[in-house]
Amino acid sequence: MTASTVTPAQMAHEERRYIQVFVWLAVLTALEIGCTFLPLSHFVVGVALVLLASSKAALVALYYMHLVHEKPQLTYIALTPAILCVFLVLMLLPDLGAITRLITTAIEHTAEATGH
Amino acid sequence: MSTAVATTEHRLVEPAESPLTPESWGKLGMWTFLAADAMTFGALLAGYGALRYGDPSWPRPSTILGIPLTALMTFLLICSSVTMVEGLAGIRQGNAAKFRTFIGLTILGGVLFLSLQAYEWTHLIEHGQSIRRNNFGATFFILTGFHGMHVFSGVVYLTIILLLGIAGRFTAERSSPVEIAGLYWHFVDLIWILVFTFVYLI
Repeated sequence: MTASTVTPAQMAHEERRYIQVFVWLAVLTALEIGCTFLPLSHFVVGVALVLLASSKAALVALYYMHLVHEKPQLTYIALTPAILCVFLVLMLLPDLGAITRLITTAIEHTAEATGH
Repeated sequence: MSTAVATTEHRLVEPAESPLTPESWGKLGMWTFLAADAMTFGALLAGYGALRYGDPSWPRPSTILGIPLTALMTFLLICSSVTMVEGLAGIRQGNAAKFRTFIGLTILGGVLFLSLQAYEWTHLIEHGQSIRRNNFGATFFILTGFHGMHVFSGVVYLTIILLLGIAGRFTAERSSPVEIAGLYWHFVDLIWILVFTFVYLI
């Protein structure tokens, strides 16, 4: 969408859309904070928070950064870092799991040895 | 061939359009830069996650960090994104006053965010947190400091855009520089949404 192609009616519609997105961002932020008070497991709360944060990020990217009006290839450029970072985290998890198990095992052995 | 003819012929030759963003090469350049910057933040967040997940004694962030203050900072940055996009709408409508007002409000939002971040840092340092104390402190100050540096750069960038706008350099037909600055500012907001979630809430 460029200045030369947008009619006043389209611009008015776009501005209403900006306010709608703002309201959604505020609601999602409130939900995120509310999630932290829920009596659920840390993992479930974490998943909920990631989903809410991803939704907010998508709203900002699509409507404030105007990706919804751009060519799909630009969206691929924007999505590439997100995909690579998820891949990076997944690749790190097996090593991190091993470290956690080593620490936990060491603590248990020490407790047995000292009689605590 | 005279210089006058050569100059005229040069002006008649249109530069090739950017394939993805026909209205501006700068826009494609900014998107490419933001993708690279997103990788940097992603690596920092992944490193933070790796250190936290591998340390069972990692403190719960809500016991150390001020969530209400940071929630306010998040809301402030979201509001500044709205004012930024309204400022862009203003210049596209040829409404210079609207452009000046909303870009000014966006800059104010950024300055307020930085002020609150400085207050938060001061409060934490006074209570014994530091970049050297432990991994929690190191990752917190590096992540929020790197983001804060981006906010500061954005405030400077937008101030220049505002001054150029006041000088009449932008019109409804020539609003790409404002849009490009807006992309940077929305990216800063987007990254903070992720930092707030992963560092403060989870």
